[in-house]
Amino acid sequence: MQKILEMRHITKTFPGVKALDDVSLQVAAGEIHALVGENGAGKSTLMKVLSGVHADGSFEGEIHFDGHRTAFSGIGDSESLGIIIIHQELALVPLLSIAENLFLGNERARHGIVDWPETFRQTEALLAKVGLREPPATLVESLGVGKQQLVEIAKALSKDVRLLILDEPTAALSESDSQVLLDLLLELKGQGVTSIIISHKLNEVRRVADTITIIRDGATVSTLDTHRQPVSEELIVRDMVGRDLSQRYPERQRMAGDMLLEVSHWNVWHPEHKTRQIIRDISFHVRAGEVVGIAGLMGAGRTELAMSLFGHSYGQNISGSVSLRGELLDTSTVSAAIGGGLAYVTEDRKELGLILDESIHRNITLANLQGVSSSGVINQAEEARVAESYRKAMNIRTPSVAQRVVNLSGGNQQKVVLSKWLFTTPEVLILDEPTRGIDVGAKFEIYSIINELSAQGKGVIMISSEMPELLGMSDRIYVMNEGGFVGELSASEASQERIMSLIVNDRENG
Amino acid sequence: MSEIPTSSAGSAAGGMSQYLRNHMRDYGLLFALIAIMFFFQVVTDGTLLKPVNITNLFLQNSYIIIMALGMLIVIVGGNIDLSVGSVMGFIGALSAVMIVNLDVPVAATIPICLLAGGLIGAAQGYWIAYWKIPSFIVTLAGMLVFRGLSLWLLEGQSVGPFPKSFQLLSTGFVPDVFGVGRPNVTALAVGALAALAIVYMGLRKRQRNSAYGIVDEPLLVFIARNAVISGALVFVAYKLSTFRGLPNVLVTMGVLTVIYAFVTEHTTVGRRIYALGGNEKAAKLSGIRTERLTFLTFVNMGVLAALAGLIFAARLNTATPKAGFAVELDVIAAVFIGGASMSGGVGMIVGAVVGAFIMGVMNNGMSIMGIGIDYQQVIKGLVLLAAVIFDVYNKQKQR
Repeated sequence: MQKILEMRHITKTFPGVKALDDVSLQVAAGEIHALVGENGAGKSTLMKVLSGVHADGSFEGEIHFDGHRTAFSGIGDSESLGIIIIHQELALVPLLSIAENLFLGNERARHGIVDWPETFRQTEALLAKVGLREPPATLVESLGVGKQQLVEIAKALSKDVRLLILDEPTAALSESDSQVLLDLLLELKGQGVTSIIISHKLNEVRRVADTITIIRDGATVSTLDTHRQPVSEELIVRDMVGRDLSQRYPERQRMAGDMLLEVSHWNVWHPEHKTRQIIRDISFHVRAGEVVGIAGLMGAGRTELAMSLFGHSYGQNISGSVSLRGELLDTSTVSAAIGGGLAYVTEDRKELGLILDESIHRNITLANLQGVSSSGVINQAEEARVAESYRKAMNIRTPSVAQRVVNLSGGNQQKVVLSKWLFTTPEVLILDEPTRGIDVGAKFEIYSIINELSAQGKGVIMISSEMPELLGMSDRIYVMNEGGFVGELSASEASQERIMSLIVNDRENG
Repeated sequence: MSEIPTSSAGSAAGGMSQYLRNHMRDYGLLFALIAIMFFFQVVTDGTLLKPVNITNLFLQNSYIIIMALGMLIVIVGGNIDLSVGSVMGFIGALSAVMIVNLDVPVAATIPICLLAGGLIGAAQGYWIAYWKIPSFIVTLAGMLVFRGLSLWLLEGQSVGPFPKSFQLLSTGFVPDVFGVGRPNVTALAVGALAALAIVYMGLRKRQRNSAYGIVDEPLLVFIARNAVISGALVFVAYKLSTFRGLPNVLVTMGVLTVIYAFVTEHTTVGRRIYALGGNEKAAKLSGIRTERLTFLTFVNMGVLAALAGLIFAARLNTATPKAGFAVELDVIAAVFIGGASMSGGVGMIVGAVVGAFIMGVMNNGMSIMGIGIDYQQVIKGLVLLAAVIFDVYNKQKQR
């Protein structure tokens, strides 16, 4: 069959990280091609390379579209050839109508004056194509996510799409909405539209895809033709996760001590939508010296769980109890949670963890200013001493603790965040994606610090999307999906396959 | 990654120019003030630095500087207050009505007015902090409301004059405790003591920082900076002593500046305000009660605006409906010239005060030269723009 797209030997490096390593992808004209892989495997980066978000020249390798070599310098270039990406976060303007959204930046106009009758006529035609029965003047805001997704596809069709790329199109959709969307994809395929679908839902992938490409650690693992051979989910999962866990994690004496933290019947509702439950009746515990992992896909609610525990920083109508060493803990405000012995190292260190324009020492002492002050006056000598001691202990590579944090590398920034929380002398640390965007060497250092903390008898809760990391570090792993815990695995019984199948099974049953 | 050694191992000259380049903004501001003063001193044939004019400079600008202290804190916290001019006018009117029309004693009026200022700040801060309504909008509303309320309070008339005891707030001078009179030995002594204190504290800080290896300014720069500052202090004190001595407002202003500089640089509250403006979400997740802190910055601003209103009314010896009109813009300009960042988290008390002096000296100098108010506005606008462009340029270069 004729190839519409060929990506050859794509290698893309970010400072310190090789996101794509010699990836090749071939898409036949008129097929549905599924791209699967774990979070962080490089799917999104690959699509950004394809669409020109990462401009030509910022990566190695070649892209051929329709037999011609492409050199996109921006997303506009790829769109003009008919390559359209629909992102997980929809790019619609909520307060504009369907018609206005469809032709945004591509208005049906003469000399800058919009031709509304024409706009509405074309909108109706496009909506009919995607099977959406809504008046063109409806505000996008008033549509559900499923229908918004259809609007996005109609928008793509309005641009004479030749290759449609959908990033997790059904992640936020209900079962019936997903069916509608997948049927539409099959229908578009009948009309000659080629699509690439990125998805974690393997049953859906198996249903619609003609070809499945599996990416792992920035490299293509396998390409499966679903018409030539039967493809089982087990086969896909094995290829998605199968890799050897060599010495990437420092050795640790595993020892679980007394009961430290107990959370029972924790329920949280969405901060804006009162009726949407985000965390569903979660109970778990952490023993002293234990590293407990929480696994789950993006959107499972792991960060929301952590933030709601830490001073009710997320959600509303929170219920449930937290106790430390058998005593009930007040976690209703952040300062109470810190005072009670909790610390939360945020997922997004730049947005939530650090004050980038401030110096290292000011960041380190921020959560425990009482520790370096008396009656409200900061002892700056003491502050410098504290910062200096953490610089040494954590091996923060910087000429001086007066350096602004913005100038540090990701790994060193993360060590500053860790220092800040260690200075509050916590009993339990919640680490949310502690090694995101950090190079391999710094990761190992962070792991060593985690081990040291557990050796001191502290409890560590580690949230991570990198399963090998969870498996390599945790004593126990809770598997989370759609706001609830769907399984608990001990270190010996945990494997990537088991975690994935717990999640996949829950999705199919739920 | 380039590893820079902690100690000043590099060549002294290289280290120094490097240091100056990195701290262009801090020293540039001081240089700018000196250059502007020098310029006007020359073009006004020495009028600028005559004792009477120096005294006037302080009297004319004291209320701007006092409000700039509060405004700096508001802006560092990531907000802005457009209402301070109106609040200042309103409090001036309130004091006039109380003292002149209602015969309330001065000693009671002053605390009541300060309290009223605090309440006004609280009323505005409440919506900003707890309802997350943008400060621009809340204080824009406050600006209109209190402008209107002063008109209503004064019934469109000017109210005055004030009794002598109230005027002392602004036009009074500290009597010479040494009894010499002229030159005023008290003024000289205070000036000399302040200079000594600055040098002493600078030395102590330097010692401590070098003990912890925090990169410090080169010795030569340190000496030069301290020489300039303490020299200027003694010079001004000498000039003042040959006229009428230390104006009361200068003392108020000086004490407030020292207190606010200390609070912002050395206390936990100050540190938290910088954190709040630098990254509100991170501050909140570090256990800082960001709402309450934002609220308090506005209460503080209200009190300082009230104080400024009293001083202004005392100086004019009358409260007019026009008092404080458009003053908020001068105050905000002073803070931004002083190096504060619109996005919050950056700025220093000393910078704001120097910024206010730059504006003040330009106003004063241009008036002496007889430049029309039209050109004055244009020049002031351009200076503000230049200062901010300089900031942005410096920041980009550092990246």
